[in-house]
Amino acid sequence: MIAIQNLTKQFGATTAVKNLSLAVNPGETFGLIGPDGAGKTTTLRVIATAMRPTTGQVTVAGIDVTHDPEAVKKTIGYMPQRFALYPDLSVLENLNFFADVFGSPRAQRTELIARLLGFARLGEFQTRLARNLSGGMQKKLALAATLMHRPRLLLLDEPTTGVDPVSRREFWDLLTQVHLDGVTIVISTPYLDEAERCQRVGLMYRGELIACDDPRQLRANLGAVVFEAHSTRALQARKLIEHRAGVRVASAHGDQLRLLLDCAERAAEIQTFFHANAISVDDWRQVQPRLEDAFVLMIAQEKQP
Amino acid sequence: MNFRLLSIVRKETIHILRDPRTLVIMFVIPIIQLVLLGYAATTDIRRLNTVVYDADRTQQSRQLVEAYRASDYFAINAYVNNEQAVTALLDRGDVRAGIIIPAGYGERLGKGLTAQVAFLIDGSDPSVASTAFAASQSIGQAQSIQIIQQRTGIDPMRLNAIEVRPRVMFNPELKSANFMIPAVIGMILQFLTQLFTALTIVREREQGTIEQLVVTPIQSWELVIGKVIPYIGIAFFDLAEVLFLGVVWFDIPIRGSVPLLLALATLFLLTTLGMGLLISSAARSQQEAMLLSFLTMLPMIFLSGFFFPLEAMPVWLQALSYFVPLRYMLVILRGIIMKGVGLPSFPEQVIALLIMGPLIFTAASLRFRKSLE
Repeated sequence: MIAIQNLTKQFGATTAVKNLSLAVNPGETFGLIGPDGAGKTTTLRVIATAMRPTTGQVTVAGIDVTHDPEAVKKTIGYMPQRFALYPDLSVLENLNFFADVFGSPRAQRTELIARLLGFARLGEFQTRLARNLSGGMQKKLALAATLMHRPRLLLLDEPTTGVDPVSRREFWDLLTQVHLDGVTIVISTPYLDEAERCQRVGLMYRGELIACDDPRQLRANLGAVVFEAHSTRALQARKLIEHRAGVRVASAHGDQLRLLLDCAERAAEIQTFFHANAISVDDWRQVQPRLEDAFVLMIAQEKQP
Repeated sequence: MNFRLLSIVRKETIHILRDPRTLVIMFVIPIIQLVLLGYAATTDIRRLNTVVYDADRTQQSRQLVEAYRASDYFAINAYVNNEQAVTALLDRGDVRAGIIIPAGYGERLGKGLTAQVAFLIDGSDPSVASTAFAASQSIGQAQSIQIIQQRTGIDPMRLNAIEVRPRVMFNPELKSANFMIPAVIGMILQFLTQLFTALTIVREREQGTIEQLVVTPIQSWELVIGKVIPYIGIAFFDLAEVLFLGVVWFDIPIRGSVPLLLALATLFLLTTLGMGLLISSAARSQQEAMLLSFLTMLPMIFLSGFFFPLEAMPVWLQALSYFVPLRYMLVILRGIIMKGVGLPSFPEQVIALLIMGPLIFTAASLRFRKSLE
């Protein structure tokens, strides 16, 4: 559905996306993850024809985004990170405006709007101005607006950022329906539990795609074992061992110490080390790696020269 | 039928109707400007505060002061006893003119000699001063003629070899309002269309809605035209509003053809809408757009012949004024409204607008990119 070859996008002296190649299959839900400033938004904007690539080639359904952006626009639905509908227009007026702009025939429209409003559970709010909707409802409205012209590819830039957990789950229920309709979805997200729901995820860091795989594969191929332990001095404990041999990543969250180690035997050695240094760390257990562990580990490896 | 264009027009109209503050500004500003400029920007001089130092205190000197008072140009509101007091009052700005009649004025007149009177005028406002200057002389001369008549028994008016009979055309009462109101129309058209075009486009960028528009099939020209159409409608409404108030309230005559006025106003609007577009491509926020609008508007108004005659300006400023579309529009507006003339009377101005209108608008539209970069 999408084929990106050696995409580079520069803004003056800064390179937002560096030599990125990626293919997204039809019908797939693809997650883009990575820290802020990694180049996710720029990548999505280039695919959406909102920006032109500096070098490289991007095609959507076989159409080149630089050669025929107008044809690409009819195929895609793009939802920017910021709410980009008109705050002083009502729910219905916003939907009608985007339908008009895409030239969707009025005859079929009533039915489609009714279906989308029902689907997004906005039916009773159709005369409300968009500015008076809650954050979660605004996101659902924006999604409905991008679906007004029945796109085959949805590009969503952090659609659930700043939305409460209940609305987030509702939004993902909607996405599942869209996915089942056969629409290809590319979604960027800061939430790794959301990334786990994608068939494949791409991890971006400093403009580069540093990993791209099934999230289960990423966890399985972590190349480290994960241990959790409890300590009242977790922060101090972390500092003490973070540069020790065999410790890939050490992190502390409150009283929790989370260690990514090269092998399971290493844990015993570190326990002894803490004991010798008179720091009590107990409650040791080996746990299943999470996607976040893969994410943190890969970025830590990128940071090392 | 272009549905995309239509949908932009519809959406833009909703934006305007849902923003009561802007709506009020658009309909009230013309009234405020009209009233302010119709009344306040008047150069008609009446009852200028005047001080008198009469050192003569004779019947003749009192007659002269009375002649000035009767002229209605000067209001005598202070009598003082020395010259210093006259200048002191002028210094403080309490009075704008001072009459000093020296001792012996009446005596000299009685002897058939020429008597001198000093007339001091505050020149800090040149337009007031020049009117006062001319009035002070002509009233003195009229008084002088009366005295000669008394002395000789001959009516000196009959001795005149040349008799100049001025007849003021187009505005016989020399009312400032007749001159100002056509210009106010030009200024309002310029102000509203330029500012609001800039604001409406910058708003899309500031709100972030441009990002959604960019990925729709809307063409740049559709967006531009669609967005300005409602504002053109408002501009014409304001034009009608000002013309109506001008006729009903200020009693100005509309002597020429209104359809011609509307046609040429449309041409003029191309230049102001284009300016608005240019500003929108330079400004990053609505505040910046507003600031830029005012910055460009002020020099344009001064270089249009709105308040000050262009003929009196230095050559380099006059040269600059040829690039100001409002300059041409004011000639057209004053021509049609005050003089009742038509196309044959201002061909250069129409040609200038015919060139500038499409040029500015096209250049601005080409610069306008429906893009995030």
